[in-house]
Amino acid sequence: MFELLREPWPWYVAGPLIGLTVPLLLILDNKSFGISSSLRHICASCFPSNIDFFKYNWKAEAWNLFFVAGIAIGAFLSAHFLENPEPLQINPDLASELKTYGLDQFDNLLPAKLIGIQALGHFKGFIFMILGGFLVGFGARYAGGCTSGHAIMGLSNLQWPSLVATVCFMLGGFLMANVLMPIILSF
Amino acid sequence: MKLITQNLKFSLVGIAFGIIFVKSEVINWYRIQEMFRLQSFHMYGIIGSAVLVGMLSVWLIKKFNIKTLSGDTISLKPKQFHKGQIFGGLLFGLGWALTGACPGPLFAQIGHGQLGVVFTLISAIFGTWLYGFLRDKLPH
Repeated sequence: MFELLREPWPWYVAGPLIGLTVPLLLILDNKSFGISSSLRHICASCFPSNIDFFKYNWKAEAWNLFFVAGIAIGAFLSAHFLENPEPLQINPDLASELKTYGLDQFDNLLPAKLIGIQALGHFKGFIFMILGGFLVGFGARYAGGCTSGHAIMGLSNLQWPSLVATVCFMLGGFLMANVLMPIILSF
Repeated sequence: MKLITQNLKFSLVGIAFGIIFVKSEVINWYRIQEMFRLQSFHMYGIIGSAVLVGMLSVWLIKKFNIKTLSGDTISLKPKQFHKGQIFGGLLFGLGWALTGACPGPLFAQIGHGQLGVVFTLISAIFGTWLYGFLRDKLPH
């Protein structure tokens, strides 16, 4: 049983469990699933700066901050007690593409040359971490939600604006991964 | 104190969520790259089956008028369309491919011990703040 927990979980186990978060949060206390709102609550609680968008009772939405704190704790626990002992298997096409850019270590969650303390202060580190993070935060708020709020909660509730947002999330990702990223990485 | 006791149950849901994120490798930068290069079904399977289970759950909640634990009626706000879902969505997608993470996985990567991601998260918080600052000037 423990060995099973340590192995990577297949999509048909993880996907339905993530989907069940939708009814669980609704039944627990009428909460609509969505994670990027936590970033807005952090702004509202720490740097409201007299901006109307951050003037609301964030404490009434604080469940979201408790939820993301839990995500970090859960990840800590699984990294320390349920770590998969096998090396990560990645698609050979991706591996050979990344090798042409000098990325050849696939044993971590992230490529340390692009995202990590050692990448900070380098051009590529700036693009992948700082610009990347900025786009995630700015884009999610401009779109009114992220993958959880639009792609999972919004589509679960058959909201067509969420379908538009989800299609645009994917288009942006395809454009970056296939067109822009090869240019950035070749510098 | 009330704030904590009322919300602690959501941390428990978050913990389960964080474990699923790590074990299914959805917080792995390489899995996100595989998704956007159509090199693996894994992420499509996860998002697709999550949406199907979510849809079925919401349909059942509406059909049987299922209440919350405290007996309240479950209410779901409809989403209003605006151009931000297009412009913001595209920008979000660019960032998703770069960082290999959306907001939930950012917190999970930090919990996993990827300390560099703290800077990505700070930048995401700044992006959120700047949206709030510029909101009236952006097309919606």
